[in-house]
Amino acid sequence: MKRLIATVALLAVLVVIQMILPRAVNPYVLQIIVLCGINIVLAVSLNLVNGFTGQFSIGHAGFMAIGGYASAMFSLHVGKGWVSALTAGGVPALVAQGAALLVALLLGGLLAAVAGYFVGLPSLRLRGDYLAIVTLGFGEIIRVLIINVDAVGAAQGLPGIPQWTNLFWIGLFVLAVILVSRNLAHSTHGRALFAIRDDEVAAEALGVNTTAYKVLAFVIGAFFAGVAGGLSAHFVSYLNPSSFTFLRSIEIVAMVVLGGLGSITGATLAAIVLTVLPEALRSALAYRMVIYSLMLIVLMITRPQGLLGTREFSWKAIRDRLSRRRATGPVA
Amino acid sequence: MSEFLQQLVNGITWGSVYALIALGYTMVYGILRLINFAHGDIYMLGAFFGYFLARWLAPMAMPSGPEAIVVLLVSMLGAGAVGFLIERLAYKPVRRSSRLAALITAIGVSLLLENGGILLFGPDPKFFPQIIPAHQFHLGAGVTISNQQVIVIVVSLVLMLGLRFIVLYTRVGKAMRAVSYSHTAAALMGISVDRIITFTFVLGSMLAAAAGVLVAVQNPKIDPLMGIMPGLKAFVAAVLGGIGNIPGAVLGGLVMGIAEVMVVGYLSPTWRDAIAFILLIAILLFRPAGILGRNTAEKV
Repeated sequence: MKRLIATVALLAVLVVIQMILPRAVNPYVLQIIVLCGINIVLAVSLNLVNGFTGQFSIGHAGFMAIGGYASAMFSLHVGKGWVSALTAGGVPALVAQGAALLVALLLGGLLAAVAGYFVGLPSLRLRGDYLAIVTLGFGEIIRVLIINVDAVGAAQGLPGIPQWTNLFWIGLFVLAVILVSRNLAHSTHGRALFAIRDDEVAAEALGVNTTAYKVLAFVIGAFFAGVAGGLSAHFVSYLNPSSFTFLRSIEIVAMVVLGGLGSITGATLAAIVLTVLPEALRSALAYRMVIYSLMLIVLMITRPQGLLGTREFSWKAIRDRLSRRRATGPVA
Repeated sequence: MSEFLQQLVNGITWGSVYALIALGYTMVYGILRLINFAHGDIYMLGAFFGYFLARWLAPMAMPSGPEAIVVLLVSMLGAGAVGFLIERLAYKPVRRSSRLAALITAIGVSLLLENGGILLFGPDPKFFPQIIPAHQFHLGAGVTISNQQVIVIVVSLVLMLGLRFIVLYTRVGKAMRAVSYSHTAAALMGISVDRIITFTFVLGSMLAAAAGVLVAVQNPKIDPLMGIMPGLKAFVAAVLGGIGNIPGAVLGGLVMGIAEVMVVGYLSPTWRDAIAFILLIAILLFRPAGILGRNTAEKV
């Protein structure tokens, strides 16, 4: 019951945000907020693979591309028809669009998850760097495939995708990916993932089915990457294979590593910082990427465990710290 | 048949370039277990050093043999110096932390070189001066080879033989092999591990720079992002041959170059970038150690 109330309250908050924010801020700020949300979904989902399970995936943009293209194709060929049929039947446009978007996103996510299953399988045999290279190769192959398929627009890109993404859906999936990660971390399955990260051989000796769990991490991570791809496609209403290069994957990896591998809070904060920072540096346009890369190097030298390490934000820790301070009294 | 032979000649030329870059990847990986993502950008720097030197040496674009050799050698030295700086300033401080931190540092260095290049040289392509005018030789059966292709193949061969000599028959080469086997044991035998690692980086960077100049002589259009794709593909070539294995890198490079040219010739140019990664995934699934690599049992 408590959970149901919490869920309804959260959904209500999202609806209110969607109703108020777009009117309160200018479109540029709104766009940055949406990009932050998409990057949070990407970073937190990659954190499942790289941070929790200790596998090294550098092909997240490939899953994103699959989800983006699949959901866009669905919306263009099926979803649009649904929306016009529903609105003709008296359903409010926002609800109809939302329903079509949800189906498109889930479809994109599922297809990406299937791809994640097949990319995760080689982790049966490959570890560390080799697995990283397979994911890199996978990402590049997806991109080249898209360039060679005329039905999805090939190198020219896919225009005219309906603009259905709004803050409500962004917020919903940001919450979903964070809650799924958090609950996973506190479950038996999450412990199994951590065990694999910390010592694969020991985990196997303790009876953890390492292959199944590694593939599971890949599948969940890929699903949310696919959803993020769909959200982004339905926001900019245009897809181009050149936005899913190796560099995009690296950007997401940088977010996870910067925040602290294994920390959901870290991935979320880093996703926001690394989305806002390039915008803030816009005045120094020419130096922007140079500063970004220098920052990455300096951070790795000075704080290789990331900004937060594996620590998480929690109300309990804050309460404990406050009450401890109150108990000892002010420091004289 | 003649078309096939012609493609083979072109493939071997490209393959030699990939092989030269792949050697640097494989040496660094063999010693540090680090994928040096910045290696492709050193190749780009080599081409740019060559560009500035060639323009400075021959303002009238007067081509001559000795000048070409000077351009090649000085570019190699310049890139070697950059490799030295990168190793000392960026990689050495993270050597004791996790391998992931090292990998992210390498990616950071790669981005820095690319964007620094855009800042310094400008984003638009430059045209490498023609230090060696093209000249076609007919080999019979309708197959032609340009003097530039001959130079690429011959120079690569000389450099590879030089590397082989260094690694197999000199004291420093022996030390390199020892360090790649075990850092601790090598240090106990009185080898300065740090110095050997730096030497390996410099050597690899010089080979990549040579590849950059050789490519620029053939395809004169150079830009700050030209190193990304060849870098990735040369890395794939190193994995293909068996990473950490020097003859493997050469073999992998040649296989990669030939496969790519064949795909462009017989299939479609748009598939060119895919073949590298398809080859990669196939080899990793069926023979993860690479063509010439040896399977190692996992230590517990």
